[in-house]
Amino acid sequence: VEGRAQKHLALILARELASQLATATFIADARGELVFYNEPAEEILGRTFAEAGAMPAEGWASQFRLEALDGEPLPMEQMPAAIALMQQRPAHGKLWMTGLDGQRRLISVTAAPLFASPTDFVGMIALFWQEPTPDDA
Amino acid sequence: VALEARIWGCRGSLPTPGEATVRYGGNTPCVEVRTPTGGRLILDAGTGIKQLGARLEPDGPVHVLLTHLHLDHVEGLRFFAPFWRADTELHIWGPPSPLHSLEERIARAFSPPLFPLELSDTPARVTFHDVPHETWEIDGVRIDAQPVSHPGPTLGYRLAVNGSSLAYIPDHEPVLGVELADLEPEWISGHAIAAEVDVLVHDCQFSESEYPSRVGWGHSSVAHAVQFAQRAEVDRLVLFHHDPDRSDTAVDSLVERACELWDGTSPTTPVAACEGLTLQLP
Repeated sequence: VEGRAQKHLALILARELASQLATATFIADARGELVFYNEPAEEILGRTFAEAGAMPAEGWASQFRLEALDGEPLPMEQMPAAIALMQQRPAHGKLWMTGLDGQRRLISVTAAPLFASPTDFVGMIALFWQEPTPDDA
Repeated sequence: VALEARIWGCRGSLPTPGEATVRYGGNTPCVEVRTPTGGRLILDAGTGIKQLGARLEPDGPVHVLLTHLHLDHVEGLRFFAPFWRADTELHIWGPPSPLHSLEERIARAFSPPLFPLELSDTPARVTFHDVPHETWEIDGVRIDAQPVSHPGPTLGYRLAVNGSSLAYIPDHEPVLGVELADLEPEWISGHAIAAEVDVLVHDCQFSESEYPSRVGWGHSSVAHAVQFAQRAEVDRLVLFHHDPDRSDTAVDSLVERACELWDGTSPTTPVAACEGLTLQLP
């Protein structure tokens, strides 16, 4: 509707789903803008969504320090969420992430592109889990 | 008058004739909209469309805008008289589906064993259209369609002309598991379609006490309908899609409740749709 902002229904429903999940969930729109993450994600990312707010792709991609399992910096194009956004295909990976609270955590991420129709890409949803590390044993 | 809308059917889910529904009517959704130039748009093809079709003269193209393909919104199409006249130019608009065309999906209801004839047997010149993403025009009326929250591909429509606007969202559960009051407008399903319209025709299938056991069925409680209308800052709310178990007296009670909840953002309090109700937009 001309002049009126409206999120795509697929994103609205994804956010409603995420708000009911105990699994950390992160949602970006088709431009890569972070539009929502849920409370379990806040625990891992180290800041509430209310504090962080929506942010463009370059903002969130640079805020969280990401490393491969060997400790080397993880290029953006190898991040599961970035693969889902840029290549529009599902991706899964395990990586180290230093959240906004300064804590370094080992996480698994599964990201999937969101298509409202075969040609209508509306965004990406990523679910992630904190993995046990040798230090936890 | 810019637009004039007439209700031919406002019952949800199932046609409900009988003495308990005489005042509001038992036909399923159909709303006729007359344009300033004398054109005609028909919103949904529930059983109400049968009586409308019997009165239509073959005086130009007929446009039917379907919100979705649940049976209560298309079951009248098979008995829509213009479908059976060779001189009819009929355009049917509806929600796109990832897998099947609109024609293929409607043909299911137009084929055995559900119906004795095939869609291809109808003499009218019929064209099926997936609604476009962007605004389009019919008879000078600007039309927007956007997906709204309801099981299966479902649209809300906004019709606007000469500064007047009407939104039609007959099947809608505006929030699921979150509070409507907490959401920014752009995160509310259907908000852009309804924002600041003169008239909003909106789902009001459930009472507040019924809704908790029907979450996810795709319909609104009276509280949802009122709150959605107020968040969208509409001028007039018309309650629609009455539950088939709702008697006329019970619909009266829902209207009373809607008026209690209406906080006076507009001086025009909610009303319930009934067959024959005509809405004249300024």
